[in-house]
Amino acid sequence: MTISPDAVAKVAKLAKLRLDDAKLERFAGQMDDILAYMETLGALDTTGVEPLYSPVGHATPLRADTAAPTCTRDQILANAPATDGQFFIVPKIV
Amino acid sequence: MSDITALTLTEVRDKLARKEIKAAEAVAACLARIEGTEPALKAILHLDAEAALAAAKALDDAGPVAGQRLWGVPVLVKDAICVKDAPTTCGSKILQNFTPFYDAVCIEKLKAAGAIILGKTNMDEFAMGSSTENSAYAITANPWDTAKVPGGSSGGSAAAVAADQCFAALGTDTGGSIRQPAAFCGTVGIKPTYGRVSRYGLVAYGSSLDQIGPLTRTADDAAAVLSVIAGHDPRDSTSAPREVPDFEAALAGAVDLAGLTIGLPDEYWGEGVDDEVRQACAAAVDTAKSLGATVVPVSLPHTPYAVATYYIVAMAEASSNLARFDGVRYGYRAPEAQTLEELYELSRSTGFGPEVQRRIVIGTYVLSAGYYDAYYRKAAQVRRLIRQDFLTAFEKCDVICGPTSPFAAFPIGQMTDDPLQMYLSDIFTISLNLAGLPGLSMPVGLGQTSGMPIGMQLFGPAFDEAAILRTAKVLGAALPPLPRPAGI
Repeated sequence: MTISPDAVAKVAKLAKLRLDDAKLERFAGQMDDILAYMETLGALDTTGVEPLYSPVGHATPLRADTAAPTCTRDQILANAPATDGQFFIVPKIV
Repeated sequence: MSDITALTLTEVRDKLARKEIKAAEAVAACLARIEGTEPALKAILHLDAEAALAAAKALDDAGPVAGQRLWGVPVLVKDAICVKDAPTTCGSKILQNFTPFYDAVCIEKLKAAGAIILGKTNMDEFAMGSSTENSAYAITANPWDTAKVPGGSSGGSAAAVAADQCFAALGTDTGGSIRQPAAFCGTVGIKPTYGRVSRYGLVAYGSSLDQIGPLTRTADDAAAVLSVIAGHDPRDSTSAPREVPDFEAALAGAVDLAGLTIGLPDEYWGEGVDDEVRQACAAAVDTAKSLGATVVPVSLPHTPYAVATYYIVAMAEASSNLARFDGVRYGYRAPEAQTLEELYELSRSTGFGPEVQRRIVIGTYVLSAGYYDAYYRKAAQVRRLIRQDFLTAFEKCDVICGPTSPFAAFPIGQMTDDPLQMYLSDIFTISLNLAGLPGLSMPVGLGQTSGMPIGMQLFGPAFDEAAILRTAKVLGAALPPLPRPAGI
């Protein structure tokens, strides 16, 4: 399989990344190697094997539905790049 | 005073509890050691000497409290873990100005046990790497040879512990990021069972793989820290609702390995392992036999598929987890962005380093429509087979043993241009994370060729950290101790 720089750009766009031409070129070559290596899994017959997505052995419990303080608005906003003291501010959307 | 830093954690803790030394003295000794070694090492990203000294003074004023198991003990914390009011960058420019307003649960527990947080250690950006060269801030040196890497991604924590900057450091292990740097720097490092330690307050990388654990100079020290940070936490749904044994008590009085069966997987002892690594590990296994252990061959037949499986799963989970860094709520925001789309794209493209971007792109690819089944679902199927290998092997033995890394620490810069080569070097550590089991790396000597520390791993069944800690303690006591690192 050969991954083109254009194909990398398309996937990068899905991931909200904007890569310059040099990086697209470099990533394309590296992805070729890495994906080819990943495809070695194809040699293994996994018919009927149930996928294992997490090693958790217990049922994930529900916690009690009780109100408790977590954090304040000021704490939440403290790390934001732009706020008006009440909301996160982003470039105009509509 | 500088002699204090050469003590083990349990030694200094006992002296503190008996008031033979003050917490302020322990902190001052670590700060002096940090000042002397840090210019060459660059293990620490944020040091808060003032806060550490203030915490020590408060402890000294109140006096030791029975039951506070780490009273007055100075520790460092990998920068992936939130410490209240301390910068938490995760080794990334995108979190350059991020200061959490809360402690991770493991930090709450350390503080409640009386430990003193000195600062935060360097790491590969978002824990993605095996050398700490992917940090956006500094390249940490190996205390045994400053031209070599300390391993990664918890390279700062390993280097700091090896250089006696602190008595223990927390690391995180998604695919070997505690055990491999522990091996490269000659320390003990344990990745607990998935679910043993709460990840609440840990910056997520691969959520089905990540675990927090200690790097220390001895197995007893690791047991002391693990006893404090382990335990069920309702804020992390993957945290296991089960009792935590007193690991330190479980190790007390262990003097031999009689009755222990050690499994040696063929796949970990064959081709691709440097001679000096195989030699040092084989000698340690011989020592284990002389201590009464029985050694049996076992097989982990799906090992050749582990690297491909691991990187598909880890990159897929990373691409999803790292979607949260959007320049809106926290982290870097590109000032030139005019639209929301630009804000996302420019903030992420400037804020993330190249390895992180590469993993996000590949992770997005393997999860995308048309490729999901061929890559991600297939990897999840192989993951079950890898886990089954371990369960089958543990029917024949109590612990499994093999090298931590195929080679000792390598020169800085050697592998930075070849990501696949770097991924392949993780072959012996990643299966354990896929299986969710506990594993520990311990130093077993210096390589005959390189003169660098060699690490050996012990794997245990789920939630049997005590078995691998006990084995490491007895074996460690029988092996010749490593000298102090030669490079600093």
